[in-house]
Amino acid sequence: MLTQKILDEYDPIKNKAYQLIDDEGKPLDKDWKPRLSNEEILKAYKDLLFERTADLMAVSYQRQGRMFTYPPNIGQEAIHIAAGIVTKEQDWLVTAFRELGAWLAKGVSLKELFLYFKGNEDGSRFEKANRVLPIAVPISSQLPHAAGLGYAINYNKEKDTAVFAYVGDGGTSEGDFHEALNFAAVWTAPVIFIIQNNQFAISVPLKMQTKSINLAIKGLAYNIPSLMVDGNDFFAMYEALSYAREQAVAGKGPFLIEAKTFRTGAHTTSDDPSKYRTQEEEEHWADKDPLKRLKGYILHKKIDDLKDEEELIKGFKKHIDSEFEAAENHPEYKVDDVFGYMYAELPDELRRQKNAYENFLRGVK
Amino acid sequence: MKVMNLVQAINDALDIKLAEDKNVVVYGEDVGVEGGVFRVTEGLQVKHGVSRVFDSPLAESGIAGTALGMAIAGMKPVIEMQFDGFSYPAFNQIVSHIARFRNRTRGKFSVPLVIRIPYGGGINALEHHSESPEAYFGHTPGLKVVIPSTPYDAKGMLIAAIEDPDPVIFMEPKRIYRAIKQEVPQERYSIPLDKAKVLQAGEQLTIIAYGAMIREVQKAIVIAKQQGFSVELIDLRSIWPIDRETISQSVRKTGRVLVVTEAPQSYGPAAELISIVNEEAFLSLEAPPTRLTGFDTVIPLPLGEKHYMISPERIATEIERLVKY
Repeated sequence: MLTQKILDEYDPIKNKAYQLIDDEGKPLDKDWKPRLSNEEILKAYKDLLFERTADLMAVSYQRQGRMFTYPPNIGQEAIHIAAGIVTKEQDWLVTAFRELGAWLAKGVSLKELFLYFKGNEDGSRFEKANRVLPIAVPISSQLPHAAGLGYAINYNKEKDTAVFAYVGDGGTSEGDFHEALNFAAVWTAPVIFIIQNNQFAISVPLKMQTKSINLAIKGLAYNIPSLMVDGNDFFAMYEALSYAREQAVAGKGPFLIEAKTFRTGAHTTSDDPSKYRTQEEEEHWADKDPLKRLKGYILHKKIDDLKDEEELIKGFKKHIDSEFEAAENHPEYKVDDVFGYMYAELPDELRRQKNAYENFLRGVK
Repeated sequence: MKVMNLVQAINDALDIKLAEDKNVVVYGEDVGVEGGVFRVTEGLQVKHGVSRVFDSPLAESGIAGTALGMAIAGMKPVIEMQFDGFSYPAFNQIVSHIARFRNRTRGKFSVPLVIRIPYGGGINALEHHSESPEAYFGHTPGLKVVIPSTPYDAKGMLIAAIEDPDPVIFMEPKRIYRAIKQEVPQERYSIPLDKAKVLQAGEQLTIIAYGAMIREVQKAIVIAKQQGFSVELIDLRSIWPIDRETISQSVRKTGRVLVVTEAPQSYGPAAELISIVNEEAFLSLEAPPTRLTGFDTVIPLPLGEKHYMISPERIATEIERLVKY
């Protein structure tokens, strides 16, 4: 369990990432015991495997021309799965666009996500998910929303409620990142900021993004407790996020986690990473793959032999395909869908524009 | 009834809504202890408490973005951009999120908030303190943009804006903040946000204006009357949506239209209004629909402002030219 002592030991100024298991999944400290039960660990592994399977299938749907641009999650799943366990029903989830497992854990359906990336706003309804904001594309612009939600939690005296807000490494250069951290700190808002540092902002490497020695250090100027974590270490992420949430809901204000990870895939399906990164770099990070490491832990500790994995993946694929088909069979995009959600009540001007277009469609001259 | 200027009327509206609805909060730069640089929020913090009326960090994007967060959590933030020229850092939040959240989430999340922006020139201010950015906001789908020109309208329209289920940009003509006094009811009332108002009936020409320009046009109409011209004056009040009905009815009657705006000409509200006149009253026109606007220049610093600001004399000259066309 994280303590203030450990936080001091990992003060961002020391530029050391908090880590509990090694690249093979073996605990660094042999006396260390996870706070999760074997069942919970096994479930986390299955969730991670599910996220990876769904993600790979999403890329292949896109390659088949059945979906538009999609941002792959592969390599970053431990962050999402750990956060999914820590996040409670009443917590707010404020994401960018590469948080697949975190959305699923909050009750967003794959069908909705597929529908969104197929190009329909109906995919942002998130009908069964409570308190999940839609995908935010303009970088870092979602973070001030999180600080505002945090203010509302305090204002309404909501107990045991926090906001989980995500951003990427490139996002830490945006003004909104700094404004959001500052507002959240000044307001003692219960917001957990999670930087998914996957090393590249599309093609721009971290060293061209910032002169800072790491990204967690950016929180210190705002007097926000900050921790750099091995983002591919499921257990380290779980401990860091649990601690951050405990602190936030105890009225201690925001917390910043830099999750060091690697975007194994492309930025989106329209880019080619071989242009801006080396094979050595990819191989170095392949050793640290979060799925491999959690699997290593489970086998090492003999929690399960994982012999049914192929069967499991087969079942996942069937389910994922059916979700994708549901997205493909979603009702056609109507004229009403263009106009109907702009305002609570359709203003006369929009009604006029809509009528003129509908008359054209009907052949009325 | 009580005699109030615009500042007092806006303060009164905020006071009423803060008292009525505990979800309403008012924040921005210097709005708390100081009561705002124009004293619009004076006394409200003492009366309603620091968690409801407060100073925020000096960051307009942060102010707007956090307000969105509060709004989707069920609160009703009324935020202030201290000056027109300082609303630009908040532009991305307004255009990319506040205006779009309802549509993006198919109505799951709405953003009922009000952004107050004191705007316009004529107050001998520093650079960036005299801008008329209404066209940017009027051009943005998902927003409502309104500008009152009287204390009575300011109070009723602000109450309506706070009660509106969608985001409203509430622009305040700072040049006439204290210039106009009027009897205003002390109780609550609201004024629809999508209706223009015929301030003066006339026969030969329709003038459409809003905000601080109304007063200048009224002075021009006095001159025009002496010359024997009959002018109808419409206070637009709503930049978006535009009240097509009131405008077209008037121009069909008068056959001539002059739009007066302080904002620069190109792609501005005047162009939009004249398009509407062309669509709705083309066959009634006796003269080319005309606009008298700010130049497509940066608004000059105070010593040069006299060249930029539209005087009653310039308006009167246009009235004469159009009526005699």
